[in-house]
Amino acid sequence: MSRKAKIIIRNLTKAFYKKQGSVTALDDINVTINDGEFVCIVGPSGCGKSTLLRILAGLETPSIGEFTIAIATDGENRPLQSMVFQERGIIPWLTVEKNVEFGLKMRHMPKKLIKERTAYYLKKTGLEKFSSLYPKELSGGMKQRVSIARAFANDPEILLMDEPFGALDEQNKFILQEELLSIWSETGKTILFITHSIDEALLLSDRILLMSSQPGKIIREIIVDMPRPRKIEDIRENPVMAGQFVEIWKHLQEEVQRSRREDE
Amino acid sequence: MKRDDKAVRYDPFEIEQREWKQRQTKERLKQLLTIASPLFLLLMWELLSRTGMIDIRFFPPPSAIMGTFFGMISSGEMASHIGVSLYRILAGFLLGVIPGVVIGLLMGLYTPIRHFVSPIVMALMPIPTLALLPIIIIIFGIGDLSKVVTIAGSVFFPVVINTAAGVINIDSIYLDVAKNYGAGKLDFFTKIAFPGAMPVMLEGIQMGQAIALLTIVAAEMMGATSGIGYLIWVSYKAFLLQEMYVGLILISFFGYLFSLLLRGIQKKLLPWR
Repeated sequence: MSRKAKIIIRNLTKAFYKKQGSVTALDDINVTINDGEFVCIVGPSGCGKSTLLRILAGLETPSIGEFTIAIATDGENRPLQSMVFQERGIIPWLTVEKNVEFGLKMRHMPKKLIKERTAYYLKKTGLEKFSSLYPKELSGGMKQRVSIARAFANDPEILLMDEPFGALDEQNKFILQEELLSIWSETGKTILFITHSIDEALLLSDRILLMSSQPGKIIREIIVDMPRPRKIEDIRENPVMAGQFVEIWKHLQEEVQRSRREDE
Repeated sequence: MKRDDKAVRYDPFEIEQREWKQRQTKERLKQLLTIASPLFLLLMWELLSRTGMIDIRFFPPPSAIMGTFFGMISSGEMASHIGVSLYRILAGFLLGVIPGVVIGLLMGLYTPIRHFVSPIVMALMPIPTLALLPIIIIIFGIGDLSKVVTIAGSVFFPVVINTAAGVINIDSIYLDVAKNYGAGKLDFFTKIAFPGAMPVMLEGIQMGQAIALLTIVAAEMMGATSGIGYLIWVSYKAFLLQEMYVGLILISFFGYLFSLLLRGIQKKLLPWR
Protein backbone atom coordinates (compact mmCIF):
# COMPACT_ATOMS: atom_id res chain seq x y z
CA MET A 1 0.00 0.00 0.00
CA SER A 2 1.61 3.18 -1.11
CA ARG A 3 -0.58 5.74 0.57
CA LYS A 4 0.61 9.30 0.71
CA ALA A 5 1.45 10.94 3.98
CA LYS A 6 -1.21 13.50 4.91
CA ILE A 7 -0.13 14.75 8.32
CA ILE A 8 3.52 14.76 9.28
CA ILE A 9 4.42 15.76 12.83
CA ARG A 10 8.13 16.17 13.57
CA ASN A 11 9.79 16.62 16.97
CA LEU A 12 6.81 18.47 18.30
CA THR A 13 7.14 19.62 21.89
CA LYS A 14 4.82 21.84 23.88
CA ALA A 15 5.69 23.16 27.29
CA PHE A 16 3.56 25.45 29.41
CA TYR A 17 5.51 27.94 31.45
CA LYS A 18 4.24 28.81 34.89
CA LYS A 19 6.07 30.44 37.73
CA GLN A 20 5.13 27.66 40.13
CA GLY A 21 6.47 24.90 37.92
CA SER A 22 6.37 24.41 34.18
CA VAL A 23 4.77 21.43 32.50
CA THR A 24 5.83 19.53 29.40
CA ALA A 25 2.49 18.71 27.85
CA LEU A 26 3.91 17.10 24.72
CA ASP A 27 7.39 15.63 24.46
CA ASP A 28 8.98 15.10 21.07
CA ILE A 29 5.98 13.79 19.15
CA ASN A 30 6.77 12.16 15.80
CA VAL A 31 3.86 10.79 13.80
CA THR A 32 2.93 10.34 10.18
CA ILE A 33 -0.71 9.88 9.30
CA ASN A 34 -1.64 8.69 5.84
CA ASP A 35 -4.18 10.10 3.46
CA GLY A 36 -7.66 8.78 4.23
CA GLU A 37 -6.60 7.16 7.47
CA PHE A 38 -8.77 7.17 10.60
CA VAL A 39 -6.49 7.49 13.62
CA CYS A 40 -7.58 7.58 17.26
CA ILE A 41 -5.46 8.92 20.06
CA VAL A 42 -6.15 7.26 23.41
CA GLY A 43 -4.55 8.29 26.66
CA PRO A 44 -5.29 9.12 30.28
CA SER A 45 -6.76 12.55 30.90
CA GLY A 46 -4.17 15.26 31.10
CA CYS A 47 -1.81 13.46 28.72
CA GLY A 48 -1.75 16.35 26.30
CA LYS A 49 -3.87 14.78 23.58
CA SER A 50 -6.16 17.79 23.44
CA THR A 51 -3.12 20.06 23.27
CA LEU A 52 -1.82 18.11 20.28
CA LEU A 53 -5.14 18.52 18.52
CA ARG A 54 -5.34 22.22 19.35
CA ILE A 55 -1.88 22.74 17.88
CA LEU A 56 -2.91 21.01 14.65
CA ALA A 57 -6.10 23.11 14.69
CA GLY A 58 -4.08 26.32 14.78
CA LEU A 59 -5.44 27.25 18.22
CA GLU A 60 -2.08 26.87 19.91
CA THR A 61 1.55 27.05 18.76
CA PRO A 62 4.16 24.37 19.42
CA SER A 63 7.18 25.32 21.57
CA ILE A 64 9.55 23.34 19.38
CA GLY A 65 9.02 21.27 16.26
CA GLU A 66 6.63 21.46 13.38
CA PHE A 67 3.86 19.75 11.51
CA THR A 68 2.69 19.79 7.93
CA ILE A 69 -0.64 18.98 6.43
CA ALA A 70 -0.34 17.95 2.79
CA ILE A 71 -2.56 19.77 0.32
CA ALA A 72 -4.42 17.68 -2.22
CA THR A 73 -3.48 18.54 -5.79
CA ASP A 74 -6.98 18.51 -7.23
CA GLY A 75 -7.18 22.28 -7.49
CA GLU A 76 -9.98 22.68 -4.94
CA ASN A 77 -9.69 25.58 -2.53
CA ARG A 78 -9.85 23.78 0.80
CA PRO A 79 -9.08 24.83 4.35
CA LEU A 80 -6.31 22.78 5.96
CA GLN A 81 -8.40 21.45 8.80
CA SER A 82 -11.73 21.69 10.56
CA MET A 83 -12.38 20.70 14.10
CA VAL A 84 -15.34 18.95 15.70
CA PHE A 85 -15.37 20.30 19.23
CA GLN A 86 -16.66 18.77 22.45
CA GLU A 87 -20.35 19.15 23.19
CA ARG A 88 -20.57 22.94 23.56
CA GLY A 89 -18.96 23.68 20.20
CA ILE A 90 -22.00 24.81 18.26
CA ILE A 91 -22.92 28.46 18.41
CA PRO A 92 -26.15 28.98 20.36
CA TRP A 93 -27.24 32.19 18.58
CA LEU A 94 -27.08 30.64 15.13
CA THR A 95 -29.73 28.27 13.79
CA VAL A 96 -28.79 24.73 12.82
CA GLU A 97 -28.46 25.75 9.17
CA LYS A 98 -26.33 28.82 9.97
CA ASN A 99 -24.10 26.65 12.15
CA VAL A 100 -23.57 24.11 9.39
CA GLU A 101 -22.75 26.75 6.78
CA PHE A 102 -20.50 28.66 9.22
CA GLY A 103 -17.13 27.58 7.80
CA LEU A 104 -18.19 28.13 4.19
CA LYS A 105 -19.58 31.57 5.08
CA MET A 106 -16.37 32.56 6.86
CA ARG A 107 -14.39 31.64 3.76
CA HIS A 108 -16.83 33.62 1.57
CA MET A 109 -17.58 30.77 -0.78
CA PRO A 110 -20.08 31.31 -3.61
CA LYS A 111 -23.68 31.45 -2.35
CA LYS A 112 -24.83 28.61 -4.55
CA LEU A 113 -22.13 26.28 -3.32
CA ILE A 114 -22.84 27.17 0.34
CA LYS A 115 -26.51 26.37 -0.14
CA GLU A 116 -25.96 23.11 -1.95
CA ARG A 117 -23.35 21.77 0.38
CA THR A 118 -25.20 22.83 3.55
CA ALA A 119 -28.38 21.18 2.28
CA TYR A 120 -26.42 18.02 1.42
CA TYR A 121 -24.92 17.63 4.87
CA LEU A 122 -28.12 18.62 6.66
CA LYS A 123 -29.79 15.78 4.83
CA LYS A 124 -26.89 13.40 5.38
CA THR A 125 -27.02 13.92 9.15
CA GLY A 126 -30.81 13.89 9.33
CA LEU A 127 -31.02 17.52 10.39
CA GLU A 128 -33.19 18.76 7.50
CA LYS A 129 -36.32 19.16 9.61
CA PHE A 130 -34.41 21.02 12.31
CA SER A 131 -32.56 23.45 10.06
CA SER A 132 -34.32 26.58 11.35
CA LEU A 133 -34.18 25.63 15.05
CA TYR A 134 -31.75 27.02 17.57
CA PRO A 135 -29.36 24.64 19.38
CA LYS A 136 -31.20 24.97 22.72
CA GLU A 137 -34.04 23.01 21.17
CA LEU A 138 -31.79 20.09 20.19
CA SER A 139 -30.71 16.99 22.11
CA GLY A 140 -27.03 16.32 22.75
CA GLY A 141 -26.83 13.86 19.87
CA MET A 142 -28.42 16.31 17.46
CA LYS A 143 -25.99 19.04 18.53
CA GLN A 144 -23.03 16.81 17.72
CA ARG A 145 -24.58 16.02 14.35
CA VAL A 146 -24.58 19.77 13.67
CA SER A 147 -20.94 19.94 14.67
CA ILE A 148 -20.02 17.03 12.37
CA ALA A 149 -22.06 18.44 9.47
CA ARG A 150 -20.33 21.82 9.92
CA ALA A 151 -16.88 20.23 9.73
CA PHE A 152 -17.61 18.04 6.70
CA ALA A 153 -19.45 20.82 4.84
CA ASN A 154 -16.30 22.90 5.13
CA ASP A 155 -14.53 20.19 3.08
CA PRO A 156 -11.15 20.44 4.82
CA GLU A 157 -7.98 18.52 4.02
CA ILE A 158 -8.18 16.77 7.41
CA LEU A 159 -10.68 16.55 10.26
CA LEU A 160 -9.81 16.89 13.91
CA MET A 161 -12.23 15.54 16.51
CA ASP A 162 -11.89 16.25 20.20
CA GLU A 163 -13.94 13.64 22.08
CA PRO A 164 -17.04 14.56 20.12
CA PHE A 165 -19.18 11.78 21.60
CA GLY A 166 -17.84 11.96 25.14
CA ALA A 167 -21.01 13.41 26.64
CA LEU A 168 -23.51 11.21 24.83
CA ASP A 169 -25.36 8.19 26.18
CA GLU A 170 -24.42 4.73 24.85
CA GLN A 171 -27.22 4.36 22.31
CA ASN A 172 -26.70 7.78 20.78
CA LYS A 173 -22.98 7.18 20.73
CA PHE A 174 -23.34 4.00 18.65
CA ILE A 175 -25.67 5.68 16.20
CA LEU A 176 -23.40 8.68 15.72
CA GLN A 177 -20.30 6.52 15.42
CA GLU A 178 -21.96 4.61 12.58
CA GLU A 179 -23.07 7.80 10.89
CA LEU A 180 -19.58 9.22 11.16
CA LEU A 181 -18.06 6.09 9.62
CA SER A 182 -20.53 6.24 6.76
CA ILE A 183 -19.68 9.89 5.97
CA TRP A 184 -15.98 9.11 6.37
CA SER A 185 -16.05 6.20 3.92
CA GLU A 186 -17.97 8.34 1.45
CA THR A 187 -15.62 11.33 1.63
CA GLY A 188 -12.36 9.49 2.26
CA LYS A 189 -11.16 12.21 4.62
CA THR A 190 -8.22 11.83 6.96
CA ILE A 191 -9.46 11.95 10.57
CA LEU A 192 -7.57 12.38 13.80
CA PHE A 193 -9.89 11.52 16.66
CA ILE A 194 -9.36 11.85 20.39
CA THR A 195 -11.22 9.60 22.78
CA HIS A 196 -11.29 8.14 26.26
CA SER A 197 -13.22 5.12 25.18
CA ILE A 198 -11.30 2.02 24.10
CA ASP A 199 -14.39 0.55 22.44
CA GLU A 200 -14.81 3.70 20.43
CA ALA A 201 -11.19 3.64 19.29
CA LEU A 202 -11.39 -0.02 18.27
CA LEU A 203 -14.64 0.50 16.41
CA LEU A 204 -13.59 3.59 14.50
CA SER A 205 -9.90 3.57 13.78
CA ASP A 206 -7.36 2.06 11.40
CA ARG A 207 -4.66 2.81 13.92
CA ILE A 208 -4.62 3.72 17.60
CA LEU A 209 -1.90 5.88 19.13
CA LEU A 210 -1.47 5.33 22.85
CA MET A 211 -0.20 8.26 24.85
CA SER A 212 1.43 8.49 28.25
CA SER A 213 1.01 11.48 30.50
CA GLN A 214 3.40 14.05 31.99
CA PRO A 215 5.24 14.35 29.66
CA GLY A 216 2.82 13.46 26.87
CA LYS A 217 4.46 10.93 24.56
CA ILE A 218 3.22 8.48 22.00
CA ILE A 219 4.41 5.21 23.49
CA ARG A 220 2.62 2.63 21.45
CA GLU A 221 0.89 2.13 18.16
CA ILE A 222 -1.81 -0.46 17.56
CA ILE A 223 -2.98 -1.36 14.07
CA VAL A 224 -6.65 -2.29 13.98
CA ASP A 225 -7.04 -4.29 10.81
CA MET A 226 -10.49 -5.68 11.29
CA PRO A 227 -12.52 -5.46 8.06
CA ARG A 228 -15.14 -2.73 7.72
CA PRO A 229 -18.02 -2.19 8.15
CA ARG A 230 -17.49 -3.12 11.79
CA LYS A 231 -20.12 -3.70 14.40
CA ILE A 232 -19.71 -3.31 18.12
CA GLU A 233 -20.81 -6.94 18.67
CA ASP A 234 -18.09 -8.15 16.25
CA ILE A 235 -15.50 -6.27 18.26
CA ARG A 236 -16.71 -7.86 21.48
CA GLU A 237 -16.65 -11.35 19.95
CA ASN A 238 -13.37 -11.13 18.05
CA PRO A 239 -10.56 -12.60 20.21
CA VAL A 240 -7.84 -10.42 18.63
CA MET A 241 -9.83 -7.30 19.37
CA ALA A 242 -10.57 -8.50 22.89
CA GLY A 243 -6.82 -8.91 23.36
CA GLN A 244 -6.20 -5.41 22.10
CA PHE A 245 -8.87 -4.06 24.42
CA VAL A 246 -7.16 -5.63 27.43
CA GLU A 247 -3.77 -4.37 26.24
CA ILE A 248 -4.96 -0.78 26.02
CA TRP A 249 -6.86 -1.11 29.27
CA LYS A 250 -3.74 -2.27 31.11
CA HIS A 251 -1.70 0.54 29.67
CA LEU A 252 -4.23 3.15 30.77
CA GLN A 253 -4.34 1.68 34.27
CA GLU A 254 -0.58 1.72 34.57
CA GLU A 255 -0.50 5.31 33.42
CA VAL A 256 -3.14 6.42 35.88
CA GLN A 257 -1.40 4.63 38.75
CA ARG A 258 1.99 5.97 37.78
CA SER A 259 0.76 9.56 37.71
CA ARG A 260 -0.98 9.01 41.03
CA ARG A 261 2.27 7.79 42.58
CA GLU A 262 4.09 10.81 41.22
CA ASP A 263 1.52 13.15 42.66
CA GLU A 264 2.03 11.80 46.14
CA MET B 1 -64.29 -15.53 28.62
CA LYS B 2 -66.37 -12.52 29.32
CA ARG B 3 -64.57 -9.84 31.22
CA ASP B 4 -66.34 -7.89 33.85
CA ASP B 5 -67.22 -4.72 31.99
CA LYS B 6 -68.67 -3.13 35.04
CA ALA B 7 -65.30 -2.88 36.69
CA VAL B 8 -64.02 0.66 36.76
CA ARG B 9 -61.60 1.21 33.84
CA TYR B 10 -59.17 4.01 33.92
CA ASP B 11 -58.26 5.87 30.77
CA PRO B 12 -54.64 7.06 31.19
CA PHE B 13 -55.24 10.05 28.93
CA GLU B 14 -58.22 11.09 30.95
CA ILE B 15 -56.12 11.06 34.10
CA GLU B 16 -53.32 12.99 32.43
CA GLN B 17 -55.78 15.48 31.01
CA ARG B 18 -57.26 16.06 34.43
CA GLU B 19 -53.80 16.75 35.83
CA TRP B 20 -52.99 19.01 32.89
CA LYS B 21 -56.14 20.99 33.62
CA GLN B 22 -55.14 21.32 37.26
CA ARG B 23 -51.76 22.67 36.23
CA GLN B 24 -53.45 25.15 33.89
CA THR B 25 -55.67 26.35 36.68
CA LYS B 26 -52.64 26.85 38.91
CA GLU B 27 -50.89 28.83 36.19
CA ARG B 28 -53.92 31.06 35.77
CA LEU B 29 -54.10 31.57 39.51
CA LYS B 30 -50.50 32.80 39.50
CA GLN B 31 -51.25 35.26 36.71
CA LEU B 32 -54.29 36.43 38.63
CA LEU B 33 -52.15 37.05 41.72
CA THR B 34 -49.73 39.14 39.66
CA ILE B 35 -52.52 41.34 38.42
CA ALA B 36 -54.30 41.41 41.78
CA SER B 37 -51.34 42.59 43.86
CA PRO B 38 -51.19 46.24 42.68
CA LEU B 39 -55.00 46.39 42.67
CA PHE B 40 -55.02 45.08 46.22
CA LEU B 41 -52.53 47.74 47.28
CA LEU B 42 -54.65 50.51 45.70
CA LEU B 43 -57.79 49.11 47.29
CA MET B 44 -56.19 49.02 50.74
CA TRP B 45 -54.98 52.57 50.29
CA GLU B 46 -58.46 53.69 49.22
CA LEU B 47 -60.13 51.99 52.19
CA LEU B 48 -57.63 53.17 54.78
CA SER B 49 -57.77 56.69 53.45
CA ARG B 50 -61.56 56.85 53.23
CA THR B 51 -62.05 55.43 56.74
CA GLY B 52 -59.55 57.89 58.14
CA MET B 53 -57.11 55.19 59.30
CA ILE B 54 -54.37 57.06 57.47
CA ASP B 55 -54.27 60.82 57.16
CA ILE B 56 -56.27 61.85 54.12
CA ARG B 57 -54.20 65.04 53.75
CA PHE B 58 -50.99 63.08 53.20
CA PHE B 59 -52.52 60.02 51.54
CA PRO B 60 -55.50 61.12 49.47
CA PRO B 61 -57.49 58.12 48.19
CA PRO B 62 -56.47 56.81 44.73
CA SER B 63 -59.94 57.59 43.36
CA ALA B 64 -59.42 61.28 44.24
CA ILE B 65 -55.98 61.22 42.63
CA MET B 66 -57.52 59.74 39.48
CA GLY B 67 -60.10 62.54 39.51
CA THR B 68 -57.36 65.13 39.78
CA PHE B 69 -55.46 63.39 36.97
CA PHE B 70 -58.41 63.60 34.56
CA GLY B 71 -58.98 67.19 35.57
CA MET B 72 -55.38 68.02 34.73
CA ILE B 73 -55.64 66.22 31.40
CA SER B 74 -58.73 68.13 30.35
CA SER B 75 -57.11 71.44 31.28
CA GLY B 76 -54.31 70.59 28.85
CA GLU B 77 -51.36 71.21 31.16
CA MET B 78 -50.77 67.49 31.66
CA ALA B 79 -50.00 66.65 28.05
CA SER B 80 -47.22 69.21 27.79
CA HIS B 81 -45.55 68.05 31.03
CA ILE B 82 -45.67 64.41 29.91
CA GLY B 83 -44.49 65.25 26.40
CA VAL B 84 -41.52 67.29 27.61
CA SER B 85 -40.42 64.62 30.09
CA LEU B 86 -40.76 61.79 27.59
CA TYR B 87 -38.71 63.72 25.06
CA ARG B 88 -35.95 64.32 27.63
CA ILE B 89 -35.98 60.67 28.77
CA LEU B 90 -35.83 59.33 25.23
CA ALA B 91 -33.16 61.74 23.99
CA GLY B 92 -31.03 61.29 27.13
CA PHE B 93 -31.48 57.53 27.00
CA LEU B 94 -30.28 57.32 23.39
CA LEU B 95 -27.44 59.76 24.04
CA GLY B 96 -26.26 57.50 26.85
CA VAL B 97 -26.94 54.09 25.28
CA ILE B 98 -25.33 54.66 21.87
CA PRO B 99 -21.88 55.80 23.06
CA GLY B 100 -22.13 53.25 25.90
CA VAL B 101 -22.58 50.38 23.44
CA VAL B 102 -19.87 51.62 21.07
CA ILE B 103 -17.25 52.24 23.77
CA GLY B 104 -18.24 49.03 25.59
CA LEU B 105 -17.74 46.97 22.42
CA LEU B 106 -14.35 48.59 21.78
CA MET B 107 -13.33 47.86 25.37
CA GLY B 108 -14.43 44.26 25.05
CA LEU B 109 -12.74 43.67 21.70
CA TYR B 110 -9.44 45.47 22.18
CA THR B 111 -7.52 44.78 25.37
CA PRO B 112 -5.35 47.96 25.26
CA ILE B 113 -8.47 50.12 24.96
CA ARG B 114 -10.02 48.24 27.87
CA HIS B 115 -6.99 48.77 30.09
CA PHE B 116 -6.84 52.43 29.21
CA VAL B 117 -10.55 53.28 29.46
CA SER B 118 -11.71 51.16 32.38
CA PRO B 119 -9.91 53.11 35.15
CA ILE B 120 -11.54 56.27 33.81
CA VAL B 121 -14.96 54.62 33.79
CA MET B 122 -14.42 53.21 37.29
CA ALA B 123 -13.34 56.58 38.65
CA LEU B 124 -16.21 58.54 37.11
CA MET B 125 -18.98 56.04 37.80
CA PRO B 126 -19.41 56.67 41.56
CA ILE B 127 -19.99 60.39 41.00
CA PRO B 128 -23.75 60.95 40.83
CA THR B 129 -24.54 62.86 37.66
CA LEU B 130 -27.08 64.82 39.69
CA ALA B 131 -24.25 66.24 41.78
CA LEU B 132 -22.87 67.67 38.57
CA LEU B 133 -26.19 69.21 37.62
CA PRO B 134 -25.18 72.79 38.57
CA ILE B 135 -22.15 72.59 36.28
CA ILE B 136 -24.20 70.91 33.55
CA ILE B 137 -26.72 73.76 33.77
CA ILE B 138 -23.93 76.35 33.54
CA ILE B 139 -22.55 74.65 30.42
CA PHE B 140 -25.75 73.52 28.68
CA GLY B 141 -28.23 76.13 29.94
CA ILE B 142 -31.52 75.79 31.76
CA GLY B 143 -33.35 74.27 28.76
CA ASP B 144 -33.92 70.67 27.68
CA LEU B 145 -30.30 70.02 26.80
CA SER B 146 -29.03 70.08 30.39
CA LYS B 147 -31.62 67.43 31.41
CA VAL B 148 -30.84 65.32 28.37
CA VAL B 149 -27.12 65.42 29.20
CA THR B 150 -27.76 64.56 32.85
CA ILE B 151 -29.80 61.51 31.92
CA ALA B 152 -27.26 60.47 29.27
CA GLY B 153 -24.49 60.65 31.86
CA SER B 154 -26.37 58.37 34.25
CA VAL B 155 -27.43 55.88 31.57
CA PHE B 156 -23.97 55.61 30.02
CA PHE B 157 -22.24 53.75 32.86
CA PRO B 158 -24.35 50.60 33.29
CA VAL B 159 -24.50 50.25 29.51
CA VAL B 160 -20.75 50.62 28.92
CA ILE B 161 -19.85 48.23 31.74
CA ASN B 162 -22.36 45.56 30.75
CA THR B 163 -21.47 45.75 27.07
CA ALA B 164 -17.76 45.29 27.78
CA ALA B 165 -18.53 42.46 30.22
CA GLY B 166 -20.81 40.87 27.63
CA VAL B 167 -17.98 40.66 25.09
CA ILE B 168 -15.35 39.52 27.59
CA ASN B 169 -17.54 36.76 29.01
CA ILE B 170 -18.33 35.07 25.70
CA ASP B 171 -17.42 31.39 26.19
CA SER B 172 -13.92 30.89 24.82
CA ILE B 173 -15.00 27.83 22.86
CA TYR B 174 -16.89 30.10 20.44
CA LEU B 175 -13.73 32.13 19.92
CA ASP B 176 -11.94 28.84 19.14
CA VAL B 177 -14.67 27.89 16.68
CA ALA B 178 -14.40 31.28 14.95
CA LYS B 179 -10.64 31.01 14.72
CA ASN B 180 -10.65 27.39 13.59
CA TYR B 181 -13.16 28.13 10.84
CA GLY B 182 -11.20 31.14 9.68
CA ALA B 183 -13.47 34.05 10.67
CA GLY B 184 -12.10 37.44 9.60
CA LYS B 185 -12.32 40.56 11.79
CA LEU B 186 -15.66 41.77 10.45
CA ASP B 187 -17.25 38.30 10.50
CA PHE B 188 -15.96 37.76 14.02
CA PHE B 189 -17.66 40.96 15.13
CA THR B 190 -21.01 40.40 13.42
CA LYS B 191 -21.31 36.63 13.97
CA ILE B 192 -19.63 36.11 17.35
CA ALA B 193 -18.79 39.20 19.42
CA PHE B 194 -21.94 41.29 18.91
CA PRO B 195 -24.60 38.56 19.17
CA GLY B 196 -22.65 36.87 21.97
CA ALA B 197 -22.50 40.07 24.00
CA MET B 198 -26.14 40.94 23.33
CA PRO B 199 -27.80 39.30 26.38
CA VAL B 200 -25.61 41.03 28.98
CA MET B 201 -25.64 44.26 26.96
CA LEU B 202 -29.45 44.31 26.97
CA GLU B 203 -29.44 43.82 30.75
CA GLY B 204 -27.32 46.97 30.95
CA ILE B 205 -29.73 48.86 28.71
CA GLN B 206 -32.62 47.69 30.90
CA MET B 207 -30.79 49.10 33.94
CA GLY B 208 -30.08 52.32 32.04
CA GLN B 209 -33.77 52.69 31.37
CA ALA B 210 -34.60 52.49 35.08
CA ILE B 211 -31.86 54.99 35.90
CA ALA B 212 -33.14 57.40 33.24
CA LEU B 213 -36.49 57.60 35.02
CA LEU B 214 -34.89 58.09 38.42
CA THR B 215 -32.73 60.85 37.03
CA ILE B 216 -35.39 62.79 35.13
CA VAL B 217 -37.48 63.47 38.21
CA ALA B 218 -34.54 64.76 40.21
CA ALA B 219 -33.15 66.78 37.29
CA GLU B 220 -36.50 68.43 36.66
CA MET B 221 -36.92 69.24 40.34
CA MET B 222 -33.71 71.21 40.43
CA GLY B 223 -33.69 73.29 37.31
CA ALA B 224 -36.75 73.15 35.14
CA THR B 225 -39.99 74.92 34.35
CA SER B 226 -41.80 71.95 32.88
CA GLY B 227 -41.97 68.16 33.01
CA ILE B 228 -43.25 65.54 35.42
CA GLY B 229 -40.45 66.17 37.93
CA TYR B 230 -41.24 69.89 37.91
CA LEU B 231 -44.93 69.06 38.42
CA ILE B 232 -44.12 66.90 41.45
CA TRP B 233 -41.85 69.57 42.96
CA VAL B 234 -44.21 72.53 42.40
CA SER B 235 -47.24 70.60 43.69
CA TYR B 236 -45.29 69.53 46.76
CA LYS B 237 -44.22 73.11 47.53
CA ALA B 238 -47.80 74.33 47.16
CA PHE B 239 -48.98 71.33 49.26
CA LEU B 240 -51.14 70.13 46.38
CA LEU B 241 -50.54 66.51 47.31
CA GLN B 242 -53.09 65.07 44.92
CA GLU B 243 -51.26 66.70 42.01
CA MET B 244 -47.95 65.47 43.42
CA TYR B 245 -49.27 61.90 43.55
CA VAL B 246 -50.40 62.20 39.94
CA GLY B 247 -46.78 62.93 39.02
CA LEU B 248 -45.44 60.02 41.08
CA ILE B 249 -47.93 57.58 39.62
CA LEU B 250 -47.08 58.76 36.10
CA ILE B 251 -43.39 57.99 36.67
CA SER B 252 -44.26 54.57 38.05
CA PHE B 253 -46.53 53.92 35.08
CA PHE B 254 -43.91 54.91 32.49
CA GLY B 255 -41.24 52.90 34.25
CA TYR B 256 -43.43 49.82 34.09
CA LEU B 257 -44.33 50.50 30.45
CA PHE B 258 -40.70 50.93 29.36
CA SER B 259 -39.68 47.78 31.19
CA LEU B 260 -42.35 45.79 29.37
CA LEU B 261 -41.31 47.36 26.07
CA LEU B 262 -37.65 46.50 26.57
CA ARG B 263 -38.51 42.94 27.67
CA GLY B 264 -40.47 42.56 24.44
CA ILE B 265 -37.54 43.84 22.38
CA GLN B 266 -35.23 41.51 24.29
CA LYS B 267 -37.37 38.49 23.40
CA LYS B 268 -37.36 39.54 19.73
CA LEU B 269 -33.59 40.06 19.64
CA LEU B 270 -32.69 36.89 21.54
CA PRO B 271 -34.80 34.11 20.06
CA TRP B 272 -32.02 31.66 20.83
CA ARG B 273 -32.14 32.05 24.63
